[in-house]
Amino acid sequence: MPAQQPATPDRGDIRDLIESHLHLEGPLLPILHAMMEAYGYVPDEALLDIADALNISRAEVHGVMSFYHDFRTIPAGRHVVKICRAEACKSVGADALAENALAKLGTVWHGTTPNGAVTIEPVYCLGLCANGPAAMVDDRIVAGLDEAKLDAVFKEAGA
Amino acid sequence: MKIYLSQDAVARALGADDIAKAITDAGHDLIRVGSRGMTWLEPLAEVDVDGVRHAYGPLTLADVPALLDGTLQGHGPTEDIPFFANQTRLTFQRCGVIDPLDLDAYRAHGGLKGLERAIGMDGLGVVEEAKASGLRGRGGAGFPTGIKWETVAKAEADQKYIVCNADEGDSGTFADRMIMEGDPFSLIEGMAIAGVGVGATKGYVYLRSEYPDAIRIMNEAVKIARANGVLGASVLGKGPAFDMEIRVGAGAYVCGEETSLLNSLEGKRGVVRAKPPLPALEGFLGKPTVVNNVISLATIPVIFEKGAQHYADFGLGRSRGTIPLQIAGNVKHGGLYEVAFGLPLGEIVNTIGGGTRSGRPVKAVQVGGPLGAYFSPDQFDTPFGYEEFDGAGGLIGHAGLTVFDDQADMLQMARFAMEFCAVESCGKCTPCRIGAVRGVETIDRIAAGDEAAKELLTDLCETMTDGSLCALGGFTPYPVMSALTLFPDDFATTKEAAE
Repeated sequence: MPAQQPATPDRGDIRDLIESHLHLEGPLLPILHAMMEAYGYVPDEALLDIADALNISRAEVHGVMSFYHDFRTIPAGRHVVKICRAEACKSVGADALAENALAKLGTVWHGTTPNGAVTIEPVYCLGLCANGPAAMVDDRIVAGLDEAKLDAVFKEAGA
Repeated sequence: MKIYLSQDAVARALGADDIAKAITDAGHDLIRVGSRGMTWLEPLAEVDVDGVRHAYGPLTLADVPALLDGTLQGHGPTEDIPFFANQTRLTFQRCGVIDPLDLDAYRAHGGLKGLERAIGMDGLGVVEEAKASGLRGRGGAGFPTGIKWETVAKAEADQKYIVCNADEGDSGTFADRMIMEGDPFSLIEGMAIAGVGVGATKGYVYLRSEYPDAIRIMNEAVKIARANGVLGASVLGKGPAFDMEIRVGAGAYVCGEETSLLNSLEGKRGVVRAKPPLPALEGFLGKPTVVNNVISLATIPVIFEKGAQHYADFGLGRSRGTIPLQIAGNVKHGGLYEVAFGLPLGEIVNTIGGGTRSGRPVKAVQVGGPLGAYFSPDQFDTPFGYEEFDGAGGLIGHAGLTVFDDQADMLQMARFAMEFCAVESCGKCTPCRIGAVRGVETIDRIAAGDEAAKELLTDLCETMTDGSLCALGGFTPYPVMSALTLFPDDFATTKEAAE
């Protein structure tokens, strides 16, 4: 599992990224996704450029960004593991699995392991509801989890 | 040896890609297909024996040599497995059968016939056909699809839109994901037919970010459809213009609500809009917009291919056609089961689903996602239909069923419903934004032995039901109140109070 190595935000690159989405109808979410893709978070310095390009206020950009769970204002750990907390996974023991994992890693929901390897996020349904518990490791989905399989996921991620 | 292997997200999450590599490394022809829906058998491989596919699964990497030398114990012909054989597959007729991105295979299995037929009709003819099918919104609200189309078709505007709601956030549901990953062209064709019908030239699929496989496959499918003239300046080279884009959500459950979705698509906070105006008249960017669920739109091609009457002949009462049930949670034989409306709930859970995975007694079934009511085994004779479930104090929603065994703590499940509502509330309506937080606190008081808090919880739920604009605040009381009334033992306060 290669660790993500996001680029360091550069003002010119940020403006290019914004520019490349301006032909879309409703370009703000695609722009914010592009920032996440490029940098792993939405750099503070991007907000003003986005606001300028879309002719809205910086506060409006902040308002949109902060509404959605996916957009971060600071970088996450090298890997993000999202553990499903929704009903179908709960019915097969996801609560105990997640609590146990958090305790072992010494972190909390939305927290990052002390070595910076893994950020743990809750997610509400990955659509693998007959094969739970499920989790998402960066962009890869894993299902049929038990303690051993989840431990292996964390070990591979360097937690 | 010709082998088919599922590439559905479930199969991949259980190691299908490693199995695929082992099969191709051994020099065999491998076709990656969508899921057959029997997810308890995933990763499922099928070996072609004289034109009949035989099923093997759940496979592990260690099983591959035995699969290839013919010594692995299988399940016989896939389509003879009772779970599969007893279905009526209309919407999902190609899912699991073809390579999802093979447009020729799509055509060879009946694809694009519906669109060809729609192009030969006038717009109102298309709308009439949709109405005659009796198809109702499969996202959960159950509004007649054809009537929604009619409103948009009759609206005067320079630009109209088809928006597909692929923000399938309900736990226990995965039909949208499965069809997008297994037969993406059916959704594209359905959207194009909708465009022809109402006079819309542009479509958007708002797809949740939790579905990376579906995002990738839909994007590729749109490119292929465009390159082959299915989409573009003239649909199939003879129809009106229609093109579409895939847009990715950002982890907000409430964006599955249509007005919130439209705001999100426009680049705003996903806050719910008051209705009226209806999205059909003032939707995306203020223009007339059809907002339909993935399954509604992906069902349109088969309705136009086989005729509205063929579809309407299936079903029960005002619930016409088939419904892709998603049998999930703690269940032995989980997966997607497409069938005509009308099956009793108990038959779905016990006969088709085979009871719980844990082998323990079924305690509760939540139908319709996190905003759906819990049902107890006493209600297992309820037939699966919109009105029938409404009459039983619940809803069918997106037709997901989550099974719980006797170890489930229904007070904790009710608490979670409130907690989830608090996390995901868009904040527009006070009963939802504040009520959900107070709901968690009130349930904690019940757990601590406060009997009087039950009346308070009931009252709070009434306020949320009556005072919320959308289903998030309005329907969270379904799981909460059904848990409270059907499973009073889990809310018992006397023992704790005596201590």
